[in-house]
Amino acid sequence: MTPAQIAVSAGGVAVIVGELWYFLFSRGPAAAAAVAQGVQEIAVTVKGGYTPDTIVVQAGTPVRLRFYRDETADCSDRVVFERFGIDRALPAFQTTTVEFTPTEPGEFPFRCGMSMLKGLLVVEPPGDRRAATSPHKFHGA
Amino acid sequence: MSKARILLPIEGMSCASCAATVQEALAAAGGVASAAVNYATAKAAVDYDDAQIDVGQLIQTVREAGYNCGKATVTFGVVDLHYAPSVVPLERALAAVNGVIRAVANQATETVTVDYVPGAVGAEDLERAVQAAGFEVAEPIAAEDPVERERIARRREIRTLTGKFALAAVVTVVAMAGAMLLMADRPAGAHGTFKQFDLLGRLLMPLAVALRDRVAAQGYVLDFEWVKRGLGLVTLPVVLWSGQQFYRGAWSGLRHRTADMNTLIAVGTGAAFLYSIVATAAPGLFTRAGLPADVYYEAVAAIIALILLGRLLEARAKGQTSEAIRRLAALRAKSAHVVRDGKETDIPSEAVVVGDLVIIKPGERVPVDGMVTEGASAVNEAMLTGEPIPVAKKPGDEVIGGTINTTGSITLRATRVGKETALGQIVQLVEDAQATKAPIQKLADRVAGVFVPIVLALAIAAFVVWFDFGPPPALLFATVALVTVLIIACPCALGLATPTAILVGTGRAAEHGILIRSGEALERLAQARTVLLDKTGTITEGKPAVTHIVTAKKPDGSSISPADVLKWAAAVEQRSEHPLAQAILKAAKDKQVGVLAVEKFAAMEGRGVRGTVDRRIIEVISLRHARERSLELGSLGSDADRLAAQGRSPVICVVNNTVYAVIAISDPIKPTSKEAVAHLKRLGLPVVMVSGDSRKGAEAVAKEVGIEEVLAEVLPSQKADLVKKLQRQGKHVVMVGDGINDAPALAQADVGVAIGTGTDIAMEASDVTLIRGDLRGVVTAVALARRTMRTIRWNLIWAFGYNVLLIPVAAGALYPFTGWLLSPVLASAAMAWSSLSVVLNSLSLRRFKPVWAT
Repeated sequence: MTPAQIAVSAGGVAVIVGELWYFLFSRGPAAAAAVAQGVQEIAVTVKGGYTPDTIVVQAGTPVRLRFYRDETADCSDRVVFERFGIDRALPAFQTTTVEFTPTEPGEFPFRCGMSMLKGLLVVEPPGDRRAATSPHKFHGA
Repeated sequence: MSKARILLPIEGMSCASCAATVQEALAAAGGVASAAVNYATAKAAVDYDDAQIDVGQLIQTVREAGYNCGKATVTFGVVDLHYAPSVVPLERALAAVNGVIRAVANQATETVTVDYVPGAVGAEDLERAVQAAGFEVAEPIAAEDPVERERIARRREIRTLTGKFALAAVVTVVAMAGAMLLMADRPAGAHGTFKQFDLLGRLLMPLAVALRDRVAAQGYVLDFEWVKRGLGLVTLPVVLWSGQQFYRGAWSGLRHRTADMNTLIAVGTGAAFLYSIVATAAPGLFTRAGLPADVYYEAVAAIIALILLGRLLEARAKGQTSEAIRRLAALRAKSAHVVRDGKETDIPSEAVVVGDLVIIKPGERVPVDGMVTEGASAVNEAMLTGEPIPVAKKPGDEVIGGTINTTGSITLRATRVGKETALGQIVQLVEDAQATKAPIQKLADRVAGVFVPIVLALAIAAFVVWFDFGPPPALLFATVALVTVLIIACPCALGLATPTAILVGTGRAAEHGILIRSGEALERLAQARTVLLDKTGTITEGKPAVTHIVTAKKPDGSSISPADVLKWAAAVEQRSEHPLAQAILKAAKDKQVGVLAVEKFAAMEGRGVRGTVDRRIIEVISLRHARERSLELGSLGSDADRLAAQGRSPVICVVNNTVYAVIAISDPIKPTSKEAVAHLKRLGLPVVMVSGDSRKGAEAVAKEVGIEEVLAEVLPSQKADLVKKLQRQGKHVVMVGDGINDAPALAQADVGVAIGTGTDIAMEASDVTLIRGDLRGVVTAVALARRTMRTIRWNLIWAFGYNVLLIPVAAGALYPFTGWLLSPVLASAAMAWSSLSVVLNSLSLRRFKPVWAT
């Protein structure tokens, strides 16, 4: 094998591993839902993905996710929370509210109808709020 | 203080008794004057005093009764809210609007979020409240009609796609010609090209040679470097403008850690374009390493052109998939003549409110649902009931929006408007169903989720393998393999397989008066193994009618006229409330026999009725009672027995103690029931009839329509257990019945089919609703469901098969054996065709016709 071949092989393997990790296993920055009147509420923009895509909530308090779908691409026209039995259509240019109350802590993925877009709902034990996260960090920016 | 009225949508009612529970709870609440809950429409109409109780408390009452109330939320911007000293007046003003549950203003974002009862609050109400509180809304609340916006967005998308495709197509032709000139003159080698090795190159070689000879004959001498530069220049706008959406989409996906179609196309064309640019700008880099400085501009242009063409055709085809909804929506009248302040004015039909008086002239479409208050006419309800003959309407009758007034002019009071109308609900139901998926799609979804990252991995692996083990020039072959794999992979076909078929299938069903609730219902319907039919109202009309009148001979030997018998019988029966009495009265009305006055009327509990008509004593009594009294029946006795054996109910008409006639009454079988049963059997479905009636009556009906298996004397509450029993035997049970009495059985069945009558869409408990009372709808539904599932299966096989077979070919798996290499251009054509063919296959469902229509 020539050095070029060795370099290309090693580089190829590295790119494959990195690409698979990045698309399938990594997560974006988390956003915590704001609590107002006993409901944890957060707005999620749906355009080529979920912004924010990792949402931190607390167990035991109702969660209201307001999905605004800012595109007509077919991929994002549903949002599915398998664990909570939610499979909701997201009409384009509308805000669709998804409400439920997570009862136990854990990490629950959500996704679009075709599993192309992914998000993660992180349910923390009650009272264990992360101080540093701000819901305003990820939208409007 | 003031009286208020509101319609609350109630969720979670599974039967008519739930409706009663909700109604009682509401009526018992302080401040509520009256409450009426309609199970079929899942709505509660509440009259209340808004000084004593508000909507929020009403909803709380419903919740405490164990049910839920529909709620909608709207958020809108309010100008300068940020600087307002307090938001409390604004929130109060909004909360005071009838139908608003809660209003929360947010000063930081300058928005207000209002929870309200759907259908009870209009955008203008909210705007007015905002203004009353001294604020201005940032933009009209209702102006942003999302449906309209989506439609405009799609149309604009098609327009720009067409432009982008046109540019890409023209450039492709130019670039192809240039590429052929480059290819024809230069055989493989350090300074040559390798395109003649791939499949497209082989096909185009003769053409390329011809083109070169033509150019040479004209006396032109080509500078290849300049040709390359020229090609690069013309391809640049294609990449920058036509292909822009792919790069943007890929970038946006990359930021969200998702990879999709755009990623594949962007990486594929990007790699080919960059390679070509380097080969054009610095050919020395390649030639010094012994590589041909080959360019792939024509491939870049062709890939972008073909994929845009595929998207364009797909967008067009997808537009056709929702044609059924458009046709239904087109049944809505645009405008309405409304009498307001004593004057007739024309307003858009969306602006009609409940209680408006609406005038409908001959030939016009009825704009809303309502009750006729004045005039008489015949209304064509074919679009809802399938009944071609116009139905007579007089004051007090219900008229449904979307139907066509034929002859006379009528005035009606609007009872349901907008989305509440029967037509609005049908459109909504079909739209909801079309947005669902069948469980069969789960696997495809799972694959689609990891598809693109895996294809990227495969493409890189193919690059490495070609680079390490391929023939020289390895870098070139490796790049071509990478690009081809990326371009040929088609996750779209996987994603489109189920939704497009469901869209077309449910739409086609709606056109035949069949409302299918979801993709899941459709899938279960296709798997049905047994059909359970309720008798009354499903196989039969559900309304008893006079079927036979057998008269005795008069003492003088002449026959008694059946019309006379009907006249006398109807005279006494007009005071009775027995269902059989209604049948006799209806027969008298249909035969236009004048109903005489009755004196000394008496009902004899369980035996019949008696009265004096026209100085005669007329009795209409049961056969048993006639025998008890030892009345002379003569041959009528055996006639009565024969009719009873056929499952009819014979009654005896007695005049002055002489038996005049036997009137047979039965619930007539719908004319299409027999045909429907035969077709169901032909579909391989065993048919079982359930009935609460006596065995004899039930069996007579079963025999008439050709059903062998009869379960008679079943109480409505036992029907659900019966379904359960069949399910325990491992059968997928379809239960067909009316949506109210049979609701528990419909809910228990794998597929509950509610048979409707057009106006009341009892869709709460059922998976499928037949708008037309025709039992053949079950046959059509099953046949269409099977056909749709078959289409879905083919789509999935195609989508999976395509990718599994062609990705290895694109990677060059055939090269070691046959020397075949797919070209990137062919790959893009295959990709575009793949997703398009899935959509076209689904569209073929539009040609579905019921068996009797073929």
